[in-house]
Amino acid sequence: MLWAKVPLIGKNKMPDLNLNDAVVTTRLDSIVNWARKNSLWPMPFGTACCAIEFMSVMASKYDMSRFGAEAMRFSPRQSDMMLVLGTVTNKMAPILRTIYAQMAEPKWVISVGVCASSGGMYRTYATLQGIDRIIPVDVYVPGCPPRPESMIYGVMKLQEKIEKESLGMRKDHVRRFYESLDLQEKIQSEKNLTGQQAIQHMLRQAAHDKVATIF
Amino acid sequence: MSILDSLLEKKTILPILDTYRFRGDQTAIIAPSSLMTLVDLLMSEGFHFLVDITAVDWLDKSENPARFEVVYHWLNLDSQERLRVKVRLQDGESLPSLAIRFKTADWYEREVYDMFGISFEGHPNLTRLLTWSDFPGHPLRKDFPLDGGDPFCMSDSTTPFTH
Amino acid sequence: MDSIAITKTQLDGDRMIVNMGPSHPVTHGTLRIVLELEGEIITQATPEIGYLHRGVEKLGENLSYQQFIPLTDRLNYTSSMMNNVGYTMTVEKMLGISIPRRAEQIRVLVSELARIADHIICLGINAVDIGAFTAFLYLFRQRETVYDLFEMAAGQRLHTSFTRVGGLFRDLPPEFIPLCEQFLKEAPKAIDELEKLLTKNPIWHDRTKGVGALSVQEAINWGYSGPCLRACGLAQDLRVKQPYMGYEQYDFDIPVGTTGDVFDRYLVRVEEMRQSLRIIRQVIKSLDTGPIMIDDYKIALPPKEKVYTRMESLIHHFKLIMHGMEMPIGEVYSSTEAANGELGFYLVSDGGKNPYRIRVRPPCLPIFSSFATKVRGRLIADAVAELGAMNIIAGELDR
Repeated sequence: MLWAKVPLIGKNKMPDLNLNDAVVTTRLDSIVNWARKNSLWPMPFGTACCAIEFMSVMASKYDMSRFGAEAMRFSPRQSDMMLVLGTVTNKMAPILRTIYAQMAEPKWVISVGVCASSGGMYRTYATLQGIDRIIPVDVYVPGCPPRPESMIYGVMKLQEKIEKESLGMRKDHVRRFYESLDLQEKIQSEKNLTGQQAIQHMLRQAAHDKVATIF
Repeated sequence: MSILDSLLEKKTILPILDTYRFRGDQTAIIAPSSLMTLVDLLMSEGFHFLVDITAVDWLDKSENPARFEVVYHWLNLDSQERLRVKVRLQDGESLPSLAIRFKTADWYEREVYDMFGISFEGHPNLTRLLTWSDFPGHPLRKDFPLDGGDPFCMSDSTTPFTH
Repeated sequence: MDSIAITKTQLDGDRMIVNMGPSHPVTHGTLRIVLELEGEIITQATPEIGYLHRGVEKLGENLSYQQFIPLTDRLNYTSSMMNNVGYTMTVEKMLGISIPRRAEQIRVLVSELARIADHIICLGINAVDIGAFTAFLYLFRQRETVYDLFEMAAGQRLHTSFTRVGGLFRDLPPEFIPLCEQFLKEAPKAIDELEKLLTKNPIWHDRTKGVGALSVQEAINWGYSGPCLRACGLAQDLRVKQPYMGYEQYDFDIPVGTTGDVFDRYLVRVEEMRQSLRIIRQVIKSLDTGPIMIDDYKIALPPKEKVYTRMESLIHHFKLIMHGMEMPIGEVYSSTEAANGELGFYLVSDGGKNPYRIRVRPPCLPIFSSFATKVRGRLIADAVAELGAMNIIAGELDR
């Protein structure tokens, strides 16, 4: 990225402007994404063991602030990158969707650890088999728990992804999620269900339609 | 004298169905009706620490008609002696709640109710503890499948993406 | 989640409902507390747990005795070594075997290291919740060393799965003891630093003294154990009162508090870290040379080179993997003094390959059950301090 030298403008005379010095032409996508990727605001959605390892990532030795993702926020409204750290159970599923909806756009999600990515070793009645069934996920970090280095690598991979993505596609992505959220609320109010039951209903419908996700 | 011996001495006030020792653990089996008597007796013997309440489901394996065993663990903090008390129950039967005597029994009994569907009479708030309120069934029963009958269509989670 | 939601009609004018959790910075792991407030005073707290209920006990019934060891790591994930030790001790009690002395000593060594790591997390995060961020950064340097040691020994930082029924997964590497000795030199300094930051800090006093005080009788009635019970003034430590794994050979003290408030719990935990360092020093001094696994191929897997070269070992290997150990029919309860308190495992065996019933007695479930009563009538800020000092680990709370 280049910053243009802006020539000084005299009092009464038109600037002797060389257009090449003053203006940089680039695509909107690349300049916005350049800014976005270097100022990620993470929010840890910590549920289990991976959250303990994430403390190491944030603490003195590994120090994620080196990658521009320093300002950790615990409120989804102040963050645009959610790290799902740990097992998400069926009881937790509606909350995860609400938190994702509350996040500031553009919403990125890193699914850290096998539990969040696929349910991991907990293939039981209580565990959601992968958060990507209910919210969009951008990067998966394998491991149980992943080492701090892998989590940092995951963030770097997300930065690479952000650099390449198009703004329109991202908007489309988020819109599709909001549509599914509207559908969930509609089902909830129409059939007088809890959030969990509505998600269950939608997952059943998705399985019937041979689709893997509900958004 | 161990607690089992002193319990057996008081057989007249507390009918004990069976006692045994295994690997140093002492176990007494009593009838549901004599649970409160036993609690009073144990309290007077110094067993003030209720360590744990849980249950076991002997679905087809039990020789007697009782399906469930509710298991209590007590610890005497002075002599550091432990005692396990088991109460056998049939499906649908209930036990008196210990929540009045031991505050710690409150959540343990809720958990047993949640996991096994055994109810406790006189419990202040017998609701599910770990699963959600409309959860179908009781997960630690032996006839409950591990995946819970696939309520969230988990078996389809490997379906390829066809967006 | 709708079960404890409060309808509008139940609310009168001045009261406010604050929903703490399930995703909230001061809830350690996932739990939800619905607080009814009058100004800043809590008039009622309704805890709801189970947001990390993963069905571990049910899963355990479908796995063999050895396969359950990795799941024990994930119960109390801040000190997984102690969970490994507690579980394998239970299976060994069921089998009626004793393990080699070196294995016992190494188990003590790693357990005490895990205790230090657990207390570091508990104290550091408790301080962060209250607003003292510095202690967290200072302490975590030492915690990284503990994790380096674990990685050396077991190959994983957090989820160690280090123990096996009948001994250990492998012996300590030669670099372990030097690094451990270095840790023994540095850790006391870090603990002193922590004390400098907090022990005489007036803000820390104001936030913690008198918060969550409890009498011994009440604490016993609530089923307290571990540092929370000792802070109330009762010297109940299973390592001393019901010694296991040769803890009776080591010389250490049990710190006790007087009031059981958050400050006393803090002091007890700090002193326990020092006592753990004392135990580690003694273990290293007296470390036995010898095998780390029981010499019984009906229980322990034969060494790999023998499996490849000897017919008999191959048969043992196959039998052990396919049919499991020969378990007696019966039931045992065994408990250890984990960082949070009494961690118990109750095993029921029907003689099969898998346990018939496996029950984990988590130390923080009874402790957390007292939360609602303890914070009633107190400030919301006290509830945060109290929650941190209880050291709730959702993995073992919900299982």
